[in-house]
Amino acid sequence: MSTVAETQIKLTPEHDARPGASVRSRLQDLLPKIVLAPSFAATIVFVYGFILWTIYLSFTNSKTFPSYAITGARAYQRLWRWTFESDPPSSWYTSITNMGIFGFLYILICLALGLFLAILLDQKIRGEGMLRPIYLYPMALSFIVTGVAWKWFLDPGLGLEQTLHQWGWTSFHFDWIKNKDFVIYTVVIAGVWQASGFIMAMFLAGLRGIDGEIMKAAQIDGASTFQLYRRIVIPMLRPVFLSAFIVLAHLAIKSYDLVVALTSGGPGGSAWLPSNFMYEFTFKRNEMAVGSASAVIMLMTITAIIVPYLYSELREKSR
Amino acid sequence: MLRKLLIGTALATSFAFSAHAADVKEVQMLHWWTSGGEAAALNVLKQDLAKEGFAWKDVPVAGGGGDAAMTALKAMVAAGNYPTASQMLGYTVLDYAAAGVMGDLTETAKKEGWDKSVPAALQKFSVYDGKWVAAPVNVHSVNWLWINKAVMDKIGGTEPKTFDDFVALLDKAKAAGVIPLALGGQNWQEATMFDSVVLSTGGPEFYKKAMNDLDEESLKSDTMKKSFDNLAKLVTYVDPNFSGRDWNLATAMVIKGDALVQVMGDWAKGEFHAANKTPGTDFLCYRFPGTDGTVVYNSDMFGMFNVPDDRKAAQVALATATLSKSFQSAFNVVKGSVPARTDVPDTDFDACGKKGIADLKKANEGGTLFGSLAQGYGAPPAVANAYKDVVSKFVHGQIKTSDEAVTELVKAIDDAK
Repeated sequence: MSTVAETQIKLTPEHDARPGASVRSRLQDLLPKIVLAPSFAATIVFVYGFILWTIYLSFTNSKTFPSYAITGARAYQRLWRWTFESDPPSSWYTSITNMGIFGFLYILICLALGLFLAILLDQKIRGEGMLRPIYLYPMALSFIVTGVAWKWFLDPGLGLEQTLHQWGWTSFHFDWIKNKDFVIYTVVIAGVWQASGFIMAMFLAGLRGIDGEIMKAAQIDGASTFQLYRRIVIPMLRPVFLSAFIVLAHLAIKSYDLVVALTSGGPGGSAWLPSNFMYEFTFKRNEMAVGSASAVIMLMTITAIIVPYLYSELREKSR
Repeated sequence: MLRKLLIGTALATSFAFSAHAADVKEVQMLHWWTSGGEAAALNVLKQDLAKEGFAWKDVPVAGGGGDAAMTALKAMVAAGNYPTASQMLGYTVLDYAAAGVMGDLTETAKKEGWDKSVPAALQKFSVYDGKWVAAPVNVHSVNWLWINKAVMDKIGGTEPKTFDDFVALLDKAKAAGVIPLALGGQNWQEATMFDSVVLSTGGPEFYKKAMNDLDEESLKSDTMKKSFDNLAKLVTYVDPNFSGRDWNLATAMVIKGDALVQVMGDWAKGEFHAANKTPGTDFLCYRFPGTDGTVVYNSDMFGMFNVPDDRKAAQVALATATLSKSFQSAFNVVKGSVPARTDVPDTDFDACGKKGIADLKKANEGGTLFGSLAQGYGAPPAVANAYKDVVSKFVHGQIKTSDEAVTELVKAIDDAK
């Protein structure tokens, strides 16, 4: 702050003397805006512009190519009908129930595991500097790599089951990845493996930020370790929970590539998430209107979850 | 500073112009034939064009597969930046033609006599509104059995002529402790097999009515139910680990002798060749039992875009070279398919290829050359994918009975129309 103030003071006298300097100082004032303008414009067009574009398309009869005549909410009617077709499950029904299962378990397990690992690592143990990157490393991999590696590991004819059979445990049976009812849980496993280390790092940073004095005071007052975490540490980590939740929620909703790499859609399409549905219908089946409608529904779902949460959290902070 | 900038701009502009000048003598091609054999086969085409002074330029596609290429093509066309040609499948050609972005090769077609040499069923996709818009490269057919000869000899099997023969053969393999049927549990593979099952169960007439005309009566008929029951029967012969397997891994099971037979299109032959196997001595190719004389096809096409006039010469050269007899023979020998024109000599082809060429000719003359629904030549992509959904859900148990499957099929196709 002080440097900015100083330069301004220095510039003021010259300002009157030379007109060139006045341009320069005005430019300096404008510089941040100029630098930000392209990315701002890009965001307006490529994010919000295309959101509106997608909403518009969902009310047309677009097939392979966008068509611009509004033809009503037929795409939504179809999705609405598919929402209740559970036997045999429609692709849309499968996608949204999978999203529920995957989103809930993925976020919950990642938070729980991340917090647990962070608390363990926070016990001032030896070799922490080495352990931390080991847990954090999976986050550096792309979903595709994670998906392919877990696909091989979970494949009954190739990975875990085969290995254990060779070691003599022939009754071992684990074919979730080939089972239409369980394949979505393998996506949870791979997803959790990838993200929980990152969540751990977030919690660890949060734990390090807690004032040691408070902990000591609590200990002097006779709090047990469990109480200490339950009543003091975890409530103080609340902002970290918020950040972690938002990171995980958006990872869960966009995890199209994990499903494709791990299961290539699962037996009979049983591992689809709404993002897979959207891509399939828009680009493979040339049903752009239905694809757009499903994208709009995804956006509304995210908005319905994130906005109230952000609102309540941010309001409390400002109070 | 300003001068430098000006000079730079001038240079850049002149580069842009010279690049544009090069365009005229250049074939810009969007395709996903990047694997060893296919790339080698395309090289023949590149050399043919080079002789006439046209350079070849691949349009890069991230990701490699056909889906990624189609997404890239959509973006290019939307931006008005047409490639000279693009590898395309079935209804995609017609979709683009309906959008008015395809070129017109009718003159060349007349000169080269494509109307007579290319099977009529294929012309449904390469001719739109009386105009030639695409050059077919090959004809694949899907109603084939690929059998490991060593295993066949071991179990003492003979060529199955009917569906019941086929089941008996599979039983023999099962008794001998071999996986009878190699199948990859991905929806397109299951549906490709089901194409053959429907043809075998209902015959050519029924196949056309149900799978190409999408006639509702046929789709919910007892014959269709019987087809689903037959499919269910075949699925009992696959290994428990089949779901999600890639098609070439299933072919590898047959090559290695772990499995007896795979039902797959003739692109599977490419895998046998890559493993240095010879038809007749190492592996056998039969038509799917009960479908001899009928060919269920799909075809790769080069869709020709409506490029500016100065680039048309390159396009015509590409189309002519693509349908020339020498390229058709050279390419298809490697690819495993058969030529897209019926007057190409079969001298360079192996036994399976010779049979394929003869079958295609016969089917073309007898009117039994039908589009494969699973491969997107029976109906537009929305319908074809709805069909794949139903077949796959039936194979994996989300749909439990053939009654339910037929109801779902009618509903799904209705939805997608």
